[in-house]
Amino acid sequence: MVQQLGHLPMGWLMLALLAMLASGAFFVGRVQAARFSGPGSARVHSRPNYHGYYVAMWTFVPAMVVALGYGLFGDGLVRSMLSSELPANFQDMPRVELDVYLNSIARAAFHHGYSGADRVFSAITNRFLELQGLIKASTIVLALVCAATGFLLARRRVAPGFRARNRVEGGIEIFLFLCAAIAIATTIGIVASLLYESLRFFAEIPFWDFLFGTRWNAQTSAEFGALPLFFGTFMIALIAMLIAAPVGLFAAIYLSEYAGPKVRGWVKPILEILAGIPTVVYGFFALLVVAPAIRSVAIWINTTLISTGLASEPLLAAQPTSALAAGLVMGIMVIPFVSSLSDDVINAVPQTLRDAAYAMGATKSETVKHVVLPAALPGIIASLLLAVSRAIGETMIVVMAAGQRARISADPTADLTTITVQIVALLTGETEFDSPKTLSAFALGLVLFVVTLFFNLIALRVVQKYREKYD
Amino acid sequence: MTDVAPAPFRNEKALRRLKKRRAADARFRLYGLSAIAFALLALSVLVASIGFQAISAATYHKVGFDVVLDPAVIAPKGKDTPADISRNVDGFYALIRSNLQGTFPEAAEDRMATRQLGDLVTRLAVLPTAKWVSENPTQIGQAATIKVPLSDDLDLYLKGAVSKEFRLRLGDISAVTEAAPRQVRLTGDGAFKALQSLIAVQRQEVGDAVDARSILISAGSTTGRIMSLDADAAEVTLLTGSATDFSNVRPTARMIELPETERNVSDLQIAWTLALKDKGRVSRVPHTSLLTHTDSTYPELAGALAAIVGSLLTMMVTAFIAIPIGIFASVYLEEFAPRNRLTEIIEVNINNLAAVPSIVFGLLGAAVFLGFFGLPRSAPLVGGLVLALLTLPTIIIASRAALKSVPPSIRAAALAVGASKMQSVFHHVLPVAGPGIFTGAILGMARALGETAPLLLIGMVAFVADVPVGPTDEATALPVLIYSWSTNAERAWEPMTAAVIVILLMFLITMNGIVVLLRRRFERRW
Repeated sequence: MVQQLGHLPMGWLMLALLAMLASGAFFVGRVQAARFSGPGSARVHSRPNYHGYYVAMWTFVPAMVVALGYGLFGDGLVRSMLSSELPANFQDMPRVELDVYLNSIARAAFHHGYSGADRVFSAITNRFLELQGLIKASTIVLALVCAATGFLLARRRVAPGFRARNRVEGGIEIFLFLCAAIAIATTIGIVASLLYESLRFFAEIPFWDFLFGTRWNAQTSAEFGALPLFFGTFMIALIAMLIAAPVGLFAAIYLSEYAGPKVRGWVKPILEILAGIPTVVYGFFALLVVAPAIRSVAIWINTTLISTGLASEPLLAAQPTSALAAGLVMGIMVIPFVSSLSDDVINAVPQTLRDAAYAMGATKSETVKHVVLPAALPGIIASLLLAVSRAIGETMIVVMAAGQRARISADPTADLTTITVQIVALLTGETEFDSPKTLSAFALGLVLFVVTLFFNLIALRVVQKYREKYD
Repeated sequence: MTDVAPAPFRNEKALRRLKKRRAADARFRLYGLSAIAFALLALSVLVASIGFQAISAATYHKVGFDVVLDPAVIAPKGKDTPADISRNVDGFYALIRSNLQGTFPEAAEDRMATRQLGDLVTRLAVLPTAKWVSENPTQIGQAATIKVPLSDDLDLYLKGAVSKEFRLRLGDISAVTEAAPRQVRLTGDGAFKALQSLIAVQRQEVGDAVDARSILISAGSTTGRIMSLDADAAEVTLLTGSATDFSNVRPTARMIELPETERNVSDLQIAWTLALKDKGRVSRVPHTSLLTHTDSTYPELAGALAAIVGSLLTMMVTAFIAIPIGIFASVYLEEFAPRNRLTEIIEVNINNLAAVPSIVFGLLGAAVFLGFFGLPRSAPLVGGLVLALLTLPTIIIASRAALKSVPPSIRAAALAVGASKMQSVFHHVLPVAGPGIFTGAILGMARALGETAPLLLIGMVAFVADVPVGPTDEATALPVLIYSWSTNAERAWEPMTAAVIVILLMFLITMNGIVVLLRRRFERRW
């Protein structure tokens, strides 16, 4: 019987239960309030609907809390209860193996019990179902009790003078606040998970060895010196910015200072298309078109240098995937990030400043160089910083076009690897959560997060300050 | 003093300076123009290269086989239930192979050739036919025309993507003499003159490498390889067909630039394909299987259906979570939040989250949703959750802008007739801001649709052969499919990947088109 309860589909059941409880409570509250708020009744504060909402709220929320608690901790509770009951030889198992075993138990239980030959497994599966049934049943009972308590308490307050609307609106406001707080919860989740896994990693690998080691070989042997990855990331971001910064900046200057409204109306949206193309498409473009082109140019340079006697051996590595290919395409991707924000800040420079410069006889370019750009400089720097942070955190282009080899090489036609490439390489495929190999991905993620956060914070601060200045 | 001193700004020096300054101005303007030209050029090269690739995948070649659906082969005793028939790849493939061997009896001569003949069509290509027959059991025993896709390499050859090829018409052949079985000597007055000069020209360009190239000669459905030639005669090894064709039809010669050892298709396979084409059995048809098939290890059989459905499921989860929460959060921040430390932190936080690299959200998903909560790997549910967190800041920022643009007079009017703050927001401000909020939500969804990296980290990169039906099934998404196809080595995957990119871009264009329309329709200045 209890085992049968273990098969209850809790998600749908709780959803249906909650919906029924809430709508029932709403009608009870509403009918009760309607009794005293008919025509001719005097001094009723809230309309019957609000009384209904109020009762429904107090019925729904406690039950919802119970349901959420089950969703978050139910499974873990069942497992810990089960593992504490397991015979002694299971208790000695390493944690990971036990988890795998419990997973297979859970899977067997999910598929309506185990009917195979393994007696022990079968017994444990049955016990698992029993415990699950127990927890599920008690969750439902608890939810019902909580709902009933809330319902009774709330119903007693329904009275002509009761300010149901204010209470309901207060409840809604709390709900709205919780929605806004999810953003904070996300950040906390990111920081906590990255820190937790990274600390576990640094318990095995010394922090300084990770940060300044020059050999990275996480896949095969356990060498976790991330300096080559930092170098690769820096190199590719640098190439990207060498393209995106001048192109984006000049495009923004041209659009805001020189172009007529018609050209601007066409070019600006087209530039923004660049920002809307998924990065995996850029990666494909880099892999298919740019990398082979760069390779053949590099080979051509090599052969020309050798044939003219300027070099005795190939100067450039000319790899099929290269830092230059990834950086070039990433630069194209980042152009709109630079141009659109710079365009905004240049437009925000008051016209009076320009007029003053023209009145002094300055040409347009002199005005831009000596008046507009200095005035817009903080915003432009902010846009460049945001673009750098984009380039550092960009994943797909480098995964597809930068390569996998961790090395420090100034040759742009050599393949380099980056932080993001290694994170993807370490975490795709079958991963176990406890090996230093997997944990190192989180340490890399932490570095990535901290660095981009640093750039973002400065940029946002600058933008904010700047906005205040001319508002 | 008769000399008037030149005006101080009109002297030589000043004029030269002015000229220099104007030149600098023109240069500056040119930099701006070239920056824009560079960006536009990059965009058009990107679009053109992908479009060009995708067009070649828009159609593909199918071969027709007139076979009798022999029950002894496709539904032998004990394996004749519909389920068995739909899985009987060997049986159906045997039909095709015996048909091919009947058409090209020369392949039976050695095992290598037999295998190459079988490679014209991938074994698994018969699966749709098997399914069709299992659904229409009355067809068993009947004659039917089965159309199956040609193997990817030969498809590429027919599309001209395997190698550069020089093609020219030869002169009339007057005599065909058979020196040995399958060895013939073709003679015709000056018939091979053009070919000879082509070889000479090529020899000047590439040297003796020209000798490694195959020169095929075909007439009708007969094809042979030219072993040696002079202006009036050629020694030909017959690959397929009968030599008499050469005296009936004016032959065509093909010089294939890539030597046989460096390509995936042999001369023999090319000869057979040309013969099939000559017999009208090869047809170029729209590549609909790209939309109706799921992933496969064979490019000609692969399709994006599972990924499209996976993407839709993921987007559904994302939309259900991110849009309501985003709207509520922005309503709170814009309308209710008191100006205090906490709301300030929330705001900085949201702006920051919008700029956090997407892969970090993938790490969050891997650690929290998979590791801590134990949700299933590769599931649209987890993907949707991660993408929801990722798009939430975008949606909140856009919705706040929309709410901000609602004039305060509307709020004041609502409050003045006795509405509470909550009523004024939900009954008046939110409906007015609706189109703007919806626009932001669509833009957020468009961003989520193109995200790849976080989905890789939560395992949505798996090979998925079944169309997922629920949010906890194993699934993949369109951008991830693009990534995994682009890592495949075979050439045929390139156009296929480009085609999937076009599908993805279609979705994105539609979403952005809706945004533009909404803006046009509802844009209001207060």
